[in-house]
Amino acid sequence: MSAPVAKPPAALPEELAAPERTGRRGSALVHRLFVVRELGILAALVLLVLVTVVANPRFLSGQNVRDLLLSAAILTVLAAGQTMVIVTRNVDLSVGSVLGLSAYATGTLLVVAPGTPVVVAVLAGTAVGAVCGLLNGLVVAAAGVPSLVVTLGTLYAFRGLDSLWASSADRLQINAADLPSGFKALGGARLLGVPVLFLVAVAVVLLVGWYLRTFRSGRELYGIGSAPEAARLSGIPVGRRVLTAFVVNGALAGLAGVLYAARFQTLDTTAGTGQELFVVAAAVVGGVAIFGGSGSVYGAALGALLLTTIGTALPQLGLDPFWRDAAVGALILAAIALDRALQLRLAARLRGRNARRDR
Amino acid sequence: MDHASSSAPGRVVLALEDVGKSFGAVAALRGAQLELRAGETHALVGENGAGKSTLVKILAGVHGPDTGRVLLDGQPVALADPAAARAAGIAVIYQEPTLFPDLSVAENIFMGRQPLLPGRRIDRRTLARRCRELFDRLGVALDPDRPARGLSIADQQMVEIAKALSFDARVLVMDEPTAALSGVEVERLFAVARSLRDSGAAVLFISHRFDEVFDLCDRITVMRDGQWVSTDPARDLTVDRVVRRMVGREVSSLFPKIDVEPGEVVLEVRGLTRRGVFADVSFDVRAGEIVALAGLVGAGRSEIVRAVFGVDPYDAGSVRVSGEELRKGDPAAAMAAGIALVPEDRRQQGLVMELSVERNATLTRRWKLARGGLLSSRAERAQAAEWSKRLQVKAGRLSDPVSTLSGGNQQKVVLAKWLSTEPRVLIVDEPTRGIDVGTKSEVHRLLSELAAGGLAVVMVSSELPEVLGMADRVLVVSEGRLVDDIPRARADEDSVMLAATGQGGTSAGAAR
Ligand SMILES: Nc1ncnc2c1ncn2[C@@H]1O[C@H](COP(=O)(O)OP(=O)(O)OP(=O)(O)O)[C@@H](O)[C@H]1O
Ligand SMILES: [Mg+2]
Repeated sequence: MSAPVAKPPAALPEELAAPERTGRRGSALVHRLFVVRELGILAALVLLVLVTVVANPRFLSGQNVRDLLLSAAILTVLAAGQTMVIVTRNVDLSVGSVLGLSAYATGTLLVVAPGTPVVVAVLAGTAVGAVCGLLNGLVVAAAGVPSLVVTLGTLYAFRGLDSLWASSADRLQINAADLPSGFKALGGARLLGVPVLFLVAVAVVLLVGWYLRTFRSGRELYGIGSAPEAARLSGIPVGRRVLTAFVVNGALAGLAGVLYAARFQTLDTTAGTGQELFVVAAAVVGGVAIFGGSGSVYGAALGALLLTTIGTALPQLGLDPFWRDAAVGALILAAIALDRALQLRLAARLRGRNARRDR
Repeated sequence: MDHASSSAPGRVVLALEDVGKSFGAVAALRGAQLELRAGETHALVGENGAGKSTLVKILAGVHGPDTGRVLLDGQPVALADPAAARAAGIAVIYQEPTLFPDLSVAENIFMGRQPLLPGRRIDRRTLARRCRELFDRLGVALDPDRPARGLSIADQQMVEIAKALSFDARVLVMDEPTAALSGVEVERLFAVARSLRDSGAAVLFISHRFDEVFDLCDRITVMRDGQWVSTDPARDLTVDRVVRRMVGREVSSLFPKIDVEPGEVVLEVRGLTRRGVFADVSFDVRAGEIVALAGLVGAGRSEIVRAVFGVDPYDAGSVRVSGEELRKGDPAAAMAAGIALVPEDRRQQGLVMELSVERNATLTRRWKLARGGLLSSRAERAQAAEWSKRLQVKAGRLSDPVSTLSGGNQQKVVLAKWLSTEPRVLIVDEPTRGIDVGTKSEVHRLLSELAAGGLAVVMVSSELPEVLGMADRVLVVSEGRLVDDIPRARADEDSVMLAATGQGGTSAGAAR
């Protein structure tokens, strides 16, 4: 159980006379804990970068950082969508396959109709993802099947569809040479030195974060994850909200597929394989509670950035790639331990606040 | 939604006609009826499992009736879901608090109805202000921005009440809102309920405390076994008549307290202190003694007993059982030393809602029932059956999940679970919360008998008659301190209330 360190007996009368003053501190406390959570990831990130730079000063060279941001961009977009789903106490394991399908669909569109404007290609890929998300969401919300099971099924189904399409169209791989140059330019495009793909990811995170915090339906997503029964009793349209979360997540996975196509420009049917667990890991490391109800998209984005950085930093430190997986595992465990510790602390503090003067 | 002013007093706003509702083989309602008029406070009473909460859930749009009709302003309506009931102007406080633990108190109250800025953005400033206004009206000192997680049961209930009030509804339904509240809070709630009534709303009030029912309500509807029994003006009724209609037989609501000569000191609490919560709490409890902790909600009574049992930490002091000091913050050690705690919040701390009645009832003593490490389900079932019978648990089958039981019956299962551990010190926090008259006196008889058999009992209770009827000594807690120690002979309503509100306290200080 929680057994904080014994504090010396206090001078009591003043302490006890003050319960109503503790009121405002309650929210400050909660807020501080969340900030601590996000600062923790940031600190880990800074530490990692520092260590790597000491070992290899070229780690912070322009090209290296740009590569890092490009890789992080895709994971971040996925993590933003996944956060919306996880806060409702669901999970979407099919995002890797959706990414693959959307990347392949976008590529095919551009091969078949090379004149397609880039914007249209982006919208098309996003739409493919949205349709996949709609399918997931319909089964979860309408049929009431646990999302873990549903999306585990569609993980294979969407991937299978992708392979089937590729083999029946006799186009197992799409190469850079097949893609129009306008689209390829997107992968390398920069604005003020920052890769455009990364800016897209930042925009997505800010938008989702703003939505979750500012709109009734965004708050309702948290409510659904926090207490599903209470959500039903308070008249929240649970099914519709969960469906929306899945559709948005699917659309973002579709967008991530387009980003993937633009960045790698060589597409086959394995694109995005295994990403789903990496995304969930990013969200968990970022403080999104896997049982729903709490966590922010900013934390998840930081988690994605951290995981990507580990992936690129470890080889630079001269470590075997095997260590990447071990490090990710350790991080997840550390994140869970940290969340638990913070929660116990918060609970202990808040419980004390029940005792209050009532007049 | 300003429905309240639109209905003329005395007009029937909401009615149930011949409503039936079954859950599988259990017929929760058969031919229930109810008629709520504008400008009246209406009580609904009945034993545990009589179907009161089921009826409430039909009014709330949670359950659809199998048979019968719901009439709003004389017109049949289908309340398809909770949103529809809200739109019809019906606000409901459910028996079990239904809060979002991760969200702030203010968001809990206004979920789905947050005040908006242009562009449909949530206006957080107004949200906090409106929440504070509601709390002022109810006299609650809660911070709107704190999360609902960790609120005491009483505070959860106050948040639920604030939520229901915020609707400005024409029908306010309250399912045992006072079960966790003490006199002062109840008075405040009633003042608000009366002012709603006077502005033309219909108020439906459910409680097992008859003094409250007669204090607040204009008319009383009695239910038994899912059926309507009677509806009469309160002034034509007496408590005895209501009870007889509820139970169908005579029940003595007197507490059969057995006088016991106290034995050795079993529980010794010295200088227990938790900063900001309670301070320098010292008391002894002897074998055979029933000691009540009385005081206002939020005085720190539950926090004290939780610290004694070890589920909460404390900063200073000691707890001894039969002279042995307990390790602090270690409930397992406390249980091994023979302490049992029946917690206040049965849903979160007392029961595993998905497990069956028998599993829950024997959860704490599974090792004693095990043979060679294997659980004997026959022994388990026999034990569960015995305690369920002694406490008159009304359940379809003992293998049904606890979540399908009525609120009062869930409370009985929690009691059964701890009583069956045969403890030396029994700490009960609100032992009869939500329990009906018949069983209440049964629980009191049981506690009294157990004490006579040498058990030391510490009882936290907000119900003054219970405290006065049961306790050998009343320890009054006010703002985290023991302010008085009143022996049975001197304990009465005035002495306890004066001490609790900080105006009395003749023998203030530690009680040894
Ligand atoms: N979801 C459910 N599934 C199965 N049985 C149920 C369900 N809800 C209620 N019941 C049963 O219906 C009956 C009536 O329960 P209800 O909760 O309405 O009683 P109540 O009058 O509110 O009692 P209390 O005073 O204890 O709160 C009980 O026998 C209960 O076990
Ligand atoms: Mg009930």
